[in-house]
Amino acid sequence: MRILRRNFWRNLACAILLAVVGVSVAANWLAPGGYAKQYREATDAGPTRQHWLGTDEIGRDRFARVLYGTRISLLLAPAAALLSTLMAALVGGLGGYLGGRWARGAMAVTDLFLSLPWLFLLITVRALMPLNVSPLASVLVTFLILGLLGWTSAARVLCSTAGSLRESDFVRQARASGIRGTRLFWIHVLPNLKPVLYAQFWISIPAFILSEANLGILGLGVAEPMPSWGSLLKELEGLVSVGEEPWKFVPLLLLVVVVTSFQLVLSKQEEVSA
Amino acid sequence: MLGRRIARHGLAMLATVLLGGLLSATLVRLAPGFGVDEQQLDPHLNSESIQALRQARMEHRNIFRFYFHSLQRAAHGDLGTSISLGQPVSALLRQRAPLTMRLVGIGLLLSWAGALAMALSAACLRVTAYDALTTAISGMFLCIPAAVLALLSVLWNVPGALAIGLIVFPQVYRYARNLLAKSYSLPHIITARAKGLSELRILFWHVVPVAGPQLLALAGVSVSIAIGAAIPVEALCGLAGVGQLAWQAALARDLPLLMNLTILVTLVTLLANSGADVIGHMLRGQEA
Repeated sequence: MRILRRNFWRNLACAILLAVVGVSVAANWLAPGGYAKQYREATDAGPTRQHWLGTDEIGRDRFARVLYGTRISLLLAPAAALLSTLMAALVGGLGGYLGGRWARGAMAVTDLFLSLPWLFLLITVRALMPLNVSPLASVLVTFLILGLLGWTSAARVLCSTAGSLRESDFVRQARASGIRGTRLFWIHVLPNLKPVLYAQFWISIPAFILSEANLGILGLGVAEPMPSWGSLLKELEGLVSVGEEPWKFVPLLLLVVVVTSFQLVLSKQEEVSA
Repeated sequence: MLGRRIARHGLAMLATVLLGGLLSATLVRLAPGFGVDEQQLDPHLNSESIQALRQARMEHRNIFRFYFHSLQRAAHGDLGTSISLGQPVSALLRQRAPLTMRLVGIGLLLSWAGALAMALSAACLRVTAYDALTTAISGMFLCIPAAVLALLSVLWNVPGALAIGLIVFPQVYRYARNLLAKSYSLPHIITARAKGLSELRILFWHVVPVAGPQLLALAGVSVSIAIGAAIPVEALCGLAGVGQLAWQAALARDLPLLMNLTILVTLVTLLANSGADVIGHMLRGQEA
C-alpha cells in the first residue's frame, strides 16, 4: 500500500513535469505576442482576459514571460546538469578508476572547490565574466558557469564509487584476463557507474534551477529582456505586501512545484542507483 | 596524535588557501577587462599621467608576480584597495565582518535548534504523520531559493539572522533526521528501549555517542552554507556585512576585493571544517 502511495506521488510528479515542459514548449502558440512585446496602454496592470497574470512595469505580458522563462530554465538546467555530470565523470570517475596519485589529485581539486560556499563561488566566477553582454550570451554564460562549477560533489561520489569498482573482483578478473586501459573502463567500469551518473544528473537539475533563481534575483543571472525564473522572481523585490498583488507569486509557485517534483522523481532515481 | 592531526589540517588549510589564492588571482588576471582603467579616459590627464597609469597596470601582467605582490602585501596587513569603493580592503572587512559573524552565528544557532528539535522528536516519536509533516516543512524550505527567502524576510520584517536560519535549517534537518533515525534503529538502542531506559538516558548515553561525530562534521559544513546564505540575505535586506560587500564587488567587478574575500571565506570554511574534525577526533579519543 505504501509503495502504491509512493508511486502515486512520483507518477504525479512526472506528470506535472511533463505538463510544465509541454506548456513551456508550446509558449509560441500560447503567447504569440512573445516575452518582450510591450503593451504601453497597460503597464503594471493586474490580471485581465488579455493578460492572465497582468503586465510588468513596462507593459510586458507576465504570462508570456513565465512561459518563456520556464522554457529557458527547464531547457538549460538539464543541459548544465549534463555538463557537470560529464565533468564529474571525467575528474572523479577517471581519478577513482586510475587510483593513487590521480585519485588524490582529483580529490584535492574537488576539495579546493568545495571549500568555498556554492553561492559565493558562483557570484565570484560570474563577476569575472563581462556583465554587459547580450541576453542570449548571458543565458549561456549563466548556465555554463553552473555546469562548469557544479561537478564537485558528484565527482567526490564518483571517485569513491570508481575506486571501489577498481578493487572489485570482476574488474580484477577482467584485468587478469588481459583486458586493460580504455577497454576495461568502457566495458566494465563505466556501465557500473551509470546509475550513479544518472542520480547525480537528476540531483543537479533542481540545484541548478535554484542557483539560477538566486543569481537572477541578485542581478547576476540572465540579462533583460530575456526571461528566466530568476529574473521573474526579481519582481518580488518591489512588493509592499503579499496580499496586494498575489499573481506576482506565480513564478515562485511554479518553481517550487517543479523543484518539488524533481525531488520526488529524484528519490525514485536514488532507489534505482542503490 | 592530536597534535599531528592539527598540524595536518593546518598544512592542508595553508595549501588550499595558497592554491585557492593563486587560482583566484589567475582568474582575476585572465578576466576580460583586466588592466583597463576608466581613469585613462579622463580628458584632464595628460599623456604622461596616462602612461604612468598604464605602467602601473603593466606590473600586474605577470600572474605569478601579481600573486606574489598580493601575498607580500597581505603579509604586512595590506589587502589592497577596493576599486569600486575606493577604500582599503582590510578596513572594509573590519567594518563589516562583525555584523556578518553575528548574523551567521545567530542563524546557525536558530537553524540547529529548530532542525535538531524536529529531527529528535521525529526520531523519538516514530509517528509516520509527524515524520511526514516535518519532512514536508523542511522540503518546502529546500525548494525555495535562498534569495526569495531573503526577499520574503524583508516583506514580513523578519530579522536577517532568522532568514539565514531558515535557509540553513532544511539542509541540517535532512541529514540530522536520517542520522538520528538510523541511530535509533540500532539493535542496542532498541534493546535499551525494551528494557525501559528513559528517553533522555537513551539519547545522551547511546544516541549522542553514535551520531555525535557525524553531527559535528555537519556543523562544519553548515558554517559554509550559512556564509553562502549571508550573501542574498545581506544584499536584499540592506545589511552592511561581508555578504553585501561580496555582492557589490561582483556587480562592480571589483576583482581585487573579490579575490581577498574568496581567500577569507575559504579560510573561514576550512577552519570550521577542520575544527569540527579535530573536536570529533577528541571526543572519539575520550570514548576510547
